Amino acid sequence: MIVEIGHYALVLAFVLALFQATVPLIGMRLGDARLMQSARSVALAQFAFVVLAYAALTYAHVVSDFSLVNVYENSHSAKPLVYKISGVWGNHEGSMLLWVLVLSICGASVALFSRIMPEPLRAGALGVQGWIGAAFLLFVLATSNPFARFAEAPLEGRDLNPILQDPGLAIHPPLLYFGYVGFSVTFSFAAAALISGRIDAGWALIVRPWVLAAWMFLTLGIAMGSYWAYYTLGWGGFWFWDPVENASLMPWLAGTALLHCMSVMQKRDALKIWTIFLAILAFSLSLLGTFLVRSGVLTSVHAFANDPARGVFILAILVLFIGGALILFAVRANALQAGCVFAPVSREGALVLNNLVLTCACATVFIGTLYPLALEAVTGEKISVGAPYFNLTFIPLCLPLALAMPFGQQLAWKRGTLLGAAQRLTIAAGCAFVASAALALAKGGPVLSIIAAGLAIFLIIGSFADVIARSFRGPGHVLARAFGMPRSAWATSIAHAGMGLTILGLASTGWGVEEIVRMQPGQAVAVGPYELTTTSIVPGKGPNFEQTVAHTLIRAGGVTVAEIDPAQRFYPVRQMSRAEAGIATLGLGQVYMSVAEVNHDGSIDARLYWKPIVVLIWIGALVMAAGGLLSLSDRRIGFAYVARARRRAAPPIAQAAE
Amino acid sequence: MIRTLFLALLFSLAALAPAYTVRPDEVLADPQLESRARAISSELRCMVCQNQSIDDSDAPLARDLRLLVRERLSAGDSDSAIRAFLTARYGDFILLRPPLKLETALLWVGPGVIFLLVALLLLRRHYKKEDVAGAELTTEERAELAAVLSSKDEARRSAG
Repeated sequence: MIVEIGHYALVLAFVLALFQATVPLIGMRLGDARLMQSARSVALAQFAFVVLAYAALTYAHVVSDFSLVNVYENSHSAKPLVYKISGVWGNHEGSMLLWVLVLSICGASVALFSRIMPEPLRAGALGVQGWIGAAFLLFVLATSNPFARFAEAPLEGRDLNPILQDPGLAIHPPLLYFGYVGFSVTFSFAAAALISGRIDAGWALIVRPWVLAAWMFLTLGIAMGSYWAYYTLGWGGFWFWDPVENASLMPWLAGTALLHCMSVMQKRDALKIWTIFLAILAFSLSLLGTFLVRSGVLTSVHAFANDPARGVFILAILVLFIGGALILFAVRANALQAGCVFAPVSREGALVLNNLVLTCACATVFIGTLYPLALEAVTGEKISVGAPYFNLTFIPLCLPLALAMPFGQQLAWKRGTLLGAAQRLTIAAGCAFVASAALALAKGGPVLSIIAAGLAIFLIIGSFADVIARSFRGPGHVLARAFGMPRSAWATSIAHAGMGLTILGLASTGWGVEEIVRMQPGQAVAVGPYELTTTSIVPGKGPNFEQTVAHTLIRAGGVTVAEIDPAQRFYPVRQMSRAEAGIATLGLGQVYMSVAEVNHDGSIDARLYWKPIVVLIWIGALVMAAGGLLSLSDRRIGFAYVARARRRAAPPIAQAAE
Repeated sequence: MIRTLFLALLFSLAALAPAYTVRPDEVLADPQLESRARAISSELRCMVCQNQSIDDSDAPLARDLRLLVRERLSAGDSDSAIRAFLTARYGDFILLRPPLKLETALLWVGPGVIFLLVALLLLRRHYKKEDVAGAELTTEERAELAAVLSSKDEARRSAG
């Protein structure tokens, strides 16, 4: 009964989405306030019904109701409760329902938290949001119904893919979806602005928090996914240039460009066309990502849905929204006022360079990901585009950005001087130089790692050059001035430094140590500065798996510093094995051990790694997100600005255009 | 259809017989040859896997290919001879770094071309704008300028 209520709630949510997609937009066209205001209550009601549907499915998973096809195929009565709950989105139908849930959360947030925005803009944005909701709800109902029943219920389920039985599944998809779907809000605002023909600094201020939030979630989601792959796939890699990873990287690159563009638009009322274009691009790439992952068009580690009907449906959604938005953009973009004039060497100029590099990096990932598909469709020839391609194209394009980032921060708006910026960055450059030289002497190579490490240190120190210099200038105490600075200034510094930390962590992979060995119990193996000894190899049993655990001591100079328990697990229901890595974090580095095979003579085949400062890769992402959060908390300026912008009440651009 | 079934079968077999990545018994005694073997195999695709190199893959076929690469290296083949041998056998599909050919020309030059095009577009727009900026101000623009100048301090404070 509860399941049927959930199914019915989903149908009702679809009907409400149709209402939301039409009535507010008509109201906007007619200038009818009541029709426009209906958008808010409908968005909230739609949210309530989707929550109901989602709760019903979760309930079915928790009580192991195997009369549901979805529960039978992806759950097992012996599965731990946490994986019963997170397993709801560990399959195609459930994850699409989560997508719709996050979309409705975004819609409800726009309805609730945007008191200050003009009514037509909110109605327009929620209307477009309604279109997206309707399309995806229809997709779920028509092709991926999670509430489908068996006529006769099986007694036991087929369990969840063991790789997905991990805390990573509980965290990674929701974060990623909040990122992906969060960009739908910016997309909706961009579309609403194009429809109404009114885009000004006030618009940028209203939309900026949404971009920041989506960007933060996407940053965290990608980092979390990367760490999950790192510890679960068992060979210590953390980024594989897999099409599905690329699918999340592309919206991140576009979103990062959008974030920077927004600040120009907000402060200087310039780069409007870029901003609108990037807002459309970021969500289009999120849709593309959904298409790539959900249609199974790419055979890759993550694609577990394989149904052409679904692929065609999502492709239709993709074409409708991207095509529609681009047509709207093409028709209306010319009407956008040209922004303020600025010199090439200025803050704006630096941000244009940033846009150029990030969109081209995005295009590179796009080409590399889709080229094999396109070539196979056109000529039938199959090629592979793997990590070597991206390392050769993406890295040379993006690494110089690390050099440009501190310069961009130093340049003044409108017109800056490179020489002045360089003078203010001499300390950072000096530190970077010394560090590179020291690394080159101590390690000797690889060259790319040394260059990247030098750039990372320049970026980390250079990011704070501006705020520190400003703290020491002018009247008052240094600390008072440092704390009195706008939070967004600190946020920029922190987020940029986070990028530097990540690059430093990536550079350090060049100095990792790897040992592939057959280990007898009691035998000591040296890995980097540590010595690993497996003391016992014992069989064990988990709730739904059997395992062999190799208890291992890590010693430094004869003293035990950590103990790890890497294991080889076997899941009988799915007849699948996987290695559970043993990881010890020592300082910022990690000892990583993965058992490949337990041999008959009692020895094990293992891969042992020492990865110095590898943790910085993910800490950097956390720091970037923290920068985003700090910027998001800087609301004083934002609200004051919006109030002023509203009082000014700029004329619609359709008239202002030449 | 048959290919799909075949692939599904291969995957399930791979799952049944775990043999993870490079194993100790595969490692060559000569560290130089071994590091060449690792370098070559990290750029070869595991044919039955989903976007993994044979160096990372746990599939039996990947192991066979790793052993093959090491055999040829021990026999004194050059890196390019090994790649040519494997390409002749399995096609370009096995190379994770696609060779530069007519079919892949767009793949390799695409990023550079896009970079140049966008850069040119931006430069053109910029210089066009400067021409406009050189023209006389209209009365409306003068008024706007005055408004901007009066709020200059404010803008500077929030400019971050």
